[in-house]
Amino acid sequence: MSVLVFVEHHGDELQKGSLGVLAKAATLGDDTVAALLVGGGVRALASEVGSYGAGRVYVLESDELEPPTPQPRVDAIAKLVQEHGFENVLFANSVLAADIAAALAARLDAGLNWDLTDITSDFVGKRPALQDSIVVDVGWRTTPRLALFRAGSFDAAATSNGEPHVEDVTVDFEEHSRAAKVVSQEQEQAGGPSIEDADIIVAGGRGLGAPENFTLAEELARALGGAVGATRAVVDAGWYPYAAQIGQTGKVVSPKLYVALGISGAIQHKVGMQSSNVIVAINKDPNAPIFEFSDLGVVGDVHEIVPKLTELVQQRKAS
Amino acid sequence: MKIAVCVKHVPEGHSRIDPASKRLDRSGEGALNHFDANAVEEALRLKGDADTEVVVVTVGPAKAADSLRKALAMGADRAVLVSDEAAAGSDLVATSAILAKTLERENADLVLFGQQASDADGAVLWAAVAERLRRPVVSQAAELTLSDGSLRVKRQTEFGYDVIESPLPAVVAVSDAINEPRYPSLKGIMGAKKKPFDTLSLADVGVDASQAGDAGSKTEVLSLGEPPSRGDARKIEDSGGSAAQAIVDFLAEKRVL
Repeated sequence: MSVLVFVEHHGDELQKGSLGVLAKAATLGDDTVAALLVGGGVRALASEVGSYGAGRVYVLESDELEPPTPQPRVDAIAKLVQEHGFENVLFANSVLAADIAAALAARLDAGLNWDLTDITSDFVGKRPALQDSIVVDVGWRTTPRLALFRAGSFDAAATSNGEPHVEDVTVDFEEHSRAAKVVSQEQEQAGGPSIEDADIIVAGGRGLGAPENFTLAEELARALGGAVGATRAVVDAGWYPYAAQIGQTGKVVSPKLYVALGISGAIQHKVGMQSSNVIVAINKDPNAPIFEFSDLGVVGDVHEIVPKLTELVQQRKAS
Repeated sequence: MKIAVCVKHVPEGHSRIDPASKRLDRSGEGALNHFDANAVEEALRLKGDADTEVVVVTVGPAKAADSLRKALAMGADRAVLVSDEAAAGSDLVATSAILAKTLERENADLVLFGQQASDADGAVLWAAVAERLRRPVVSQAAELTLSDGSLRVKRQTEFGYDVIESPLPAVVAVSDAINEPRYPSLKGIMGAKKKPFDTLSLADVGVDASQAGDAGSKTEVLSLGEPPSRGDARKIEDSGGSAAQAIVDFLAEKRVL
């Protein structure tokens, strides 16, 4: 059961989600797992991709393709599938990967199952549905099977494999594929500790009431030894920097502890944090969706609870 | 200039999956997917006073007409509903084929989508449709401007913003940060009833029944299982900050403190 994994990178950093999918791919059958890297300077990343489980790494090295547009990548994957007959193409969800996977489905007339949290060795996908109130088993009727996994579904694991076999790919692009061009990029830099690597995150939403109340989140984060995150609503409102944004168009995090302060838990936020190990939510609306996927839900006022909580955490750490 | 907006009629309130068909139960009341209202609004904003036609398109049951009428009431000029028993249960591959065929008839300069469907949390359809139409695609548009046969999008990503330019015709999925959708006025609602409204079958748009619905789908739902476990999730009510101690105890129990 041959598997190809699209591995996403940002600058010279491989994306954790893709590496997790590579680790999962290695458990699916005996064939060598293949990976594809597309962009400028990606050849230098091939060896690292190998260390996460890919025996073969296809490299489409091109500065012109470094900006993250989906369609040229569809051309590259379609070519690999047609030439090598990959039966499975796996993706870790991202803004880019979702567009690639869907366009590839249309190109190849192939089935795409998305928002999967797992896949079995006989290729049954696990997909939470209806606000995660149910898990649906999904399948594919034809190959190639295309699968898009939720961020944080699998842990990345370095293996002891040797150097991967690296192979250059050349692609004839479709006329429409390179019509959309990235003309500039703005990347915002994080101020405090990075939320992507933090074991503990305290995140704030509209329910904090005002931008200055983010000090509640910051003080609790400091006491717990964690980083501060924010919802898109408060970032859009200018309360907190974009670098802290968690969700569909922000960072995807899976810390050991996620504390949500005044966050309702809209789906766009949820996709960025739902795979956290332990989720604690404080919100004064008893019907807030966040309570449906929290391990501990507290119905109450963040302004009353959080200062006391911070103090108790400090006392405990001091003792 | 012509702008086509693809919208979805989604079930209102608490949705359920029908255990027999393993499909989302669409028998109850429905409404315009609220993310699609952003796409309708953006089309109307781009239209302005210019000589531009905004046509709203959906594939769905007969009741999906309600969602199209809402878009007409907001200000869209014309509606197209593709409704056919044989289309029910279409997956991504099948739905994108039906929608692409429908859009080919319209030959719009710009095709807009909302950022996701609120029922199935799907956020992938536009790229499949764009591929079938062989047009450039840009998603997560937080700003969209048109000029002289091309478009410019400020696109939000995990890492910041990309500014993307593309020639028209093109397909764009807008984010819900792009605008605040208007509410239909009473005049708009009354006027919507007189606007052109086409109801088409699969045959009308040139899709064979074997390419649609269950027959045309490449994925399937095998079974419905239990909810994902959050273990022993608890919910408590605070009184004057007393919950702080309960939270600390909980964190200690979970060994995260």
